[in-house]
Amino acid sequence: MSDKIIQITEMNKWFGDFQVLKNINLEVEKNKKIVVCGPSGSGKSTLIRCINRLEEHQQGSIIVDGNELTEDTKDIEKIRAEVGMVFQQFNLFPHLSILDNCTLAPIWVKKMPKKDAEELALQHLEKVQIADQASKYPGQLSGGQQQRCAIARALCMEPKIMLFDEPTSALDPEMIKEVLDAMVNLAKAGMTMIVVTHEMGFAKEVADEVIFMDEGMIVERAETKEFFANPKSDRTKLFLSQIL
Amino acid sequence: MMNKLNFLQPDKNNLNTYLYTGVILVSLSIFIVFLNSFFNKDIISFLPGSISFFLPLILGFIGLHLIRIDYSGLKFLDRVNKNINTNNFNAFLSLLIVFVIIKSLPPLLSWFILDANIAGDSKDVCTGSGACWTYIKIWFNRFMYGMYPNAEQWRINLSFIALASLGTIGFFATEKFKKYLTLYYVVVYPVIAFFFIFFFISGGPIFFDFSYGIIAAVISVIIGFFIPSKFKMYYFIIVPITLYILLKYVFFYEELIELGKLEALEWVETGAWGGLSLTFIVSFFCLIFCFPIGLFLSLGRRSDFPVIKYFSIGMIEFWRGVPLITVLFMSSVMFPMFLPEDMFIDKLVRVIIAISLFEAAYVAEVIRGGLQALPRGQYDAAKSLGMGYWKMHILVILPQALKLVIPGIANTFLALVKDTPLIFVVGLLEIVGMLNLAKTNPEWLGFAMEGYVFASVLFFIICYAMSKYSYNLEQKYKTER
Repeated sequence: MSDKIIQITEMNKWFGDFQVLKNINLEVEKNKKIVVCGPSGSGKSTLIRCINRLEEHQQGSIIVDGNELTEDTKDIEKIRAEVGMVFQQFNLFPHLSILDNCTLAPIWVKKMPKKDAEELALQHLEKVQIADQASKYPGQLSGGQQQRCAIARALCMEPKIMLFDEPTSALDPEMIKEVLDAMVNLAKAGMTMIVVTHEMGFAKEVADEVIFMDEGMIVERAETKEFFANPKSDRTKLFLSQIL
Repeated sequence: MMNKLNFLQPDKNNLNTYLYTGVILVSLSIFIVFLNSFFNKDIISFLPGSISFFLPLILGFIGLHLIRIDYSGLKFLDRVNKNINTNNFNAFLSLLIVFVIIKSLPPLLSWFILDANIAGDSKDVCTGSGACWTYIKIWFNRFMYGMYPNAEQWRINLSFIALASLGTIGFFATEKFKKYLTLYYVVVYPVIAFFFIFFFISGGPIFFDFSYGIIAAVISVIIGFFIPSKFKMYYFIIVPITLYILLKYVFFYEELIELGKLEALEWVETGAWGGLSLTFIVSFFCLIFCFPIGLFLSLGRRSDFPVIKYFSIGMIEFWRGVPLITVLFMSSVMFPMFLPEDMFIDKLVRVIIAISLFEAAYVAEVIRGGLQALPRGQYDAAKSLGMGYWKMHILVILPQALKLVIPGIANTFLALVKDTPLIFVVGLLEIVGMLNLAKTNPEWLGFAMEGYVFASVLFFIICYAMSKYSYNLEQKYKTER
């Protein structure tokens, strides 16, 4: 098996009559960090939601870690357990403490003993620097802390790939940095990451490649330096000129 | 007008004068009403009729106006001003309410206590104008136990005490057993309750089924301690049932047929059950059955599988669309016609199934409201962590949704408890049914009022306890946000 951990070929997706993703071809190698950017409504989020099948695609194929995503639901839970995801709205479980948020899936999905799961959770919470908040509830934390907890929660499943769906878009400017720091550390530790974000500073710092999407198509894909220095298509140039 | 009144407002300097005048006026007005109401003395009768009627209100109103001040530093005065004396309209309403209470106390007191009778044991002692509690005293036993034989009523008491104490286990469970509590309350407890009520209270040869059940359960729990936890799940399903069948059909069968005639508890058919104990039995079983059924219907209605979805919608809409009284009637009259000749399902069981299904439809819609209130992100997050449908619902969705709908569920359950009297249509007489029976007894005609008051008080106590409990639950799970 090649070290291509995600392979998307000729993928199309519709919401009703509206085609959101058009002919997507994307390969991601292990340990690569990919940043996906583009105007809103361009299908970025839908694309990464397809990768762990929170959305179903109608045409083409998606192969994650050697398993093709089809309607066979038995596999899907195993694949999802290996693909961590962080959401724009954090989506922590409000009825559970921070620690329980992190240990829930390891205990019930991976059948890990409670003690081990708690140890693991505290390790990851330590990494994102909120171990001291472990006994609090999500509602008592700031947005930045919640998002870091969400990252720790995803990491507790020890995923092979991490997907980030605009992780800083719902945060106050002050809190964006603490979340980005946690993501940078994660990237340095060698995690395979696909990040949908508008934070171009983050893209420049950690991304190996940048993908620009518009109207459901991948318009441009290039090495990070190349992408910012010599964007090829006019659409990319326009986009960059507007946000930089 | 306002300006004119404003000069009557107290301020810091002349507070005392205003305060004394105001308090005297208010006290005087209350005193007048009090005398009038309790001692029938009208000390202002020298005034013309309409003025003497309104005088207390006017005096009190002026008094309250005089003592109204933003902040006086006197604790009691400030509290009064803040709560009942914020403006002229509120002061007027407060006075009116106080007067109505004072006015209505004497007749209520005299009916309930002063002129009431409780001594003696026949209706002849009830000569006063008040309530005849003797009637309740004499019929108390019937109101509690219906037609259940007096000598056997200890069985009902014992069952209720046993179930009540088994129900409190949750408060004493140690940390180690806490995680089994849900299993206990959802599966084990209802089964125990079922055995107690249908075998122990019912009695007869069937009582031995109960004993086999107990023996099988005890033996399997004892062996259960030595079983590796890996197999416990299967063990606790298979072994008790096997033991039960062995006990019933292999080991004891011959002997117990003989014994059964000698030693079994006397059989009391469900038609003889009644009174408050039947209210409890019906409510209890309907509550514990309608909840899981409603839960599954609500999940089913949101299912992706058309068969499950439309079945759930059909069930919900059907049961919501028919009146309970017709459902009960059909369960007793129509339903047996569709059963094979030799098949017999007890009347009480049929009633409990009917009410459970009926209320389950309401519970389902209440729960669905909670499910829909959850943001889609919760589903996404649970799925992205690799949880399947059941794990997602049990661990993430339902704990939140159910917490949201505690008030709605409590509402449905209260309605259920108060719907139980309807079972009179199939001839089961719980407490209100017994009242209706007792009030037509020729020796005790004319005491319907006492009976209904009595039942109202009982229902109020039950329902208020439930509503308090649901409120406590709400507070208990209000850990976040």
